[in-house]
Amino acid sequence: MAEVLLFNALRAAIDEEMAHDPTVMVMGEDVGHYGGSYKVTKGLCKKYGDFRVLDTPIAENSFTGMAVGAAMTGLKPIIEGMNMGFLLLAFNQIANNAMLRYTSGGNFSVPIVVRGPGGVGKQLGAEHSQRLEAYFQAVPGLKIVACSTPYNAKGLLKSAIRDPNPVLFFEHVLLYNLKEEIPDGEYYLPLDKAEVVRPGKDVTILTYSRMRHHVLQAVKPLVEQGFDPEVIDLLSLKPFDLETIGASIKKTHRVLIVEECMKTAGIGAELIASISENFFDELDGPVVRLSSQDIPTPYNGALENLTIVQPAQIVAMVQQMVAQKV
Amino acid sequence: MVQERILPKLSIPPVQISREDGLKVYEDMVLGRTFEDKCAEMYYRGRMFGFVHLYNGQEAVSSGVIRAMRSDDYVCSTYRDHVHALSAGVPPRQVMAELFGKATGCSKGRGGSMHLFSSEHNLLGGFAFVAEGIPVALGAAFQSKYRRVALGDDTADQVTACFFGDGASNNGQFFECLNMAALWKLPILFVVENNKWAIGMAHDRATSHPEIYRKASAFGMVGVEVDGMDVMAVRAVAQEAVARARAGEGPTLIEALTYRFRGHSLADPDELRPKDEKENWFSRDPIKGFEAYLIEQNLAKTEELKDIQRKIQATVDEAVEFAEQSPDPDPSELYRYIFTEEGDR
Repeated sequence: MAEVLLFNALRAAIDEEMAHDPTVMVMGEDVGHYGGSYKVTKGLCKKYGDFRVLDTPIAENSFTGMAVGAAMTGLKPIIEGMNMGFLLLAFNQIANNAMLRYTSGGNFSVPIVVRGPGGVGKQLGAEHSQRLEAYFQAVPGLKIVACSTPYNAKGLLKSAIRDPNPVLFFEHVLLYNLKEEIPDGEYYLPLDKAEVVRPGKDVTILTYSRMRHHVLQAVKPLVEQGFDPEVIDLLSLKPFDLETIGASIKKTHRVLIVEECMKTAGIGAELIASISENFFDELDGPVVRLSSQDIPTPYNGALENLTIVQPAQIVAMVQQMVAQKV
Repeated sequence: MVQERILPKLSIPPVQISREDGLKVYEDMVLGRTFEDKCAEMYYRGRMFGFVHLYNGQEAVSSGVIRAMRSDDYVCSTYRDHVHALSAGVPPRQVMAELFGKATGCSKGRGGSMHLFSSEHNLLGGFAFVAEGIPVALGAAFQSKYRRVALGDDTADQVTACFFGDGASNNGQFFECLNMAALWKLPILFVVENNKWAIGMAHDRATSHPEIYRKASAFGMVGVEVDGMDVMAVRAVAQEAVARARAGEGPTLIEALTYRFRGHSLADPDELRPKDEKENWFSRDPIKGFEAYLIEQNLAKTEELKDIQRKIQATVDEAVEFAEQSPDPDPSELYRYIFTEEGDR
């Protein structure tokens, strides 16, 4: 075991997979000589050359489409979105063509990984704070993953690169310097399994990405106050791991969703629908959502904090839900 | 009389074509025309649905370019893709069955008229949004170069032909991809089929500079214009561009001046194109022109060409019969092909 920063865990995942398979390559803005804006690909172009770690012009829709064409003809491109929000410019290529395995009747597969920093950072303004996971969840044929720790970042990214289908892989701009001991050797984590971060019996808290850490901050005082919440990190935003989610609900009968995407048509909205369809009889009360406000993320730090969910809100909501047996 | 662009003289010496190749190209053009006429008939008889965009009039471009390529080269098309698929070697019965929505179609009934695919024939699709196929084609060309440069595979000399229309040449993906293709010297032919009209938008009303081939110069790329009604002229510029691409000398932008003999799609009332413009182009039918060439060059006799027409008519009739008799996709397989299955690559 060695202590590793999250961005280095991601780099190790890419490095190992590139070493295993010469058709694996990286493309994106400043991924090569510059080493990636969060240094995830630092040093890789020296090791593998400019063609396998390809610096692209700033043309998101076109280089994403290029990755689709390269994937159809046998390569396994990893696209780095310098900021995942920029992929709004690539929405057509992802929404129309990353899924063309179906349209083509199985003629072509599209083994691409689209990865990069998502989430709300520190006063980056509205455009750099887009959360696209919810926008993309309606696209059929995509798998959507959100990592949250150095351990799962590495294991999930390696599996995403190996997966023969298109995978959107969300990192979080504020988690790159997270430190954790991870195994020295290679390992793979399943793309469709949630992680029970903390077992408990009072309430199921479903969360992902950076909000996992806000939830864990909230759990501390809650446990001291005698509450026993169960925390589940979804990891897979599409498909949801309904087995793990269902097993937890059958135990706690109460669900709180804590998410960083916006409330309207967010990940939580789809989760509530799935829970309602599958586990309605197990619920003692309505599923509760703590989401970001439905506004463009403001620049001002205080306003920004009001926009995303804070640990104190989670504490208060769990107290209320358990006390009132909501 | 409508002002037409003065058609370019062929700057390279007229190419010779063998009798065998000439008849193959002719057969391909006749197949394209006969197939599309049959599609119109089948559409109006309610046998195929959705938007169907026919290629009549533009055959010299598809046959001239694709028949100058190898079978392991790549072809990428648009929503007007039936004839590109046929030139690329996809059997007519598979294309017709796809248009009928049948399980035996080249896209298993999932794609339809605008989404023809065949991995066996390196047909990368059928892309229905204008210009979105250009980046995909670029990716195939990148892949060939990647194999050569990064994987050291000297046999990876495949060339990609990317077809699109004048409308696409005003889209950002066109410019972005020209830039990347020139930057990395990718083995690709950008073939603009300038048929003068993007549905009802006349090319001259949509672009600040109508000579599309000249836009290549902004990227330091070779750009050529060619009479898209003359299959031998198209073949000549295609051969040169293919040779350049295969030699690792990079991309070419080919602007073929052509015309569609029918509306944008079978749903288009085609009210905007002037009568005299249409008649002018109808008089330059590329198939009739090539027939005259073959006879004049003593490469074929009229009767032989008639035989080919009869043979192709039988092939197309057989394709319809095959499509009619083919089963619909199995409803239990509605979800099939979303994700890869065991045994897929």
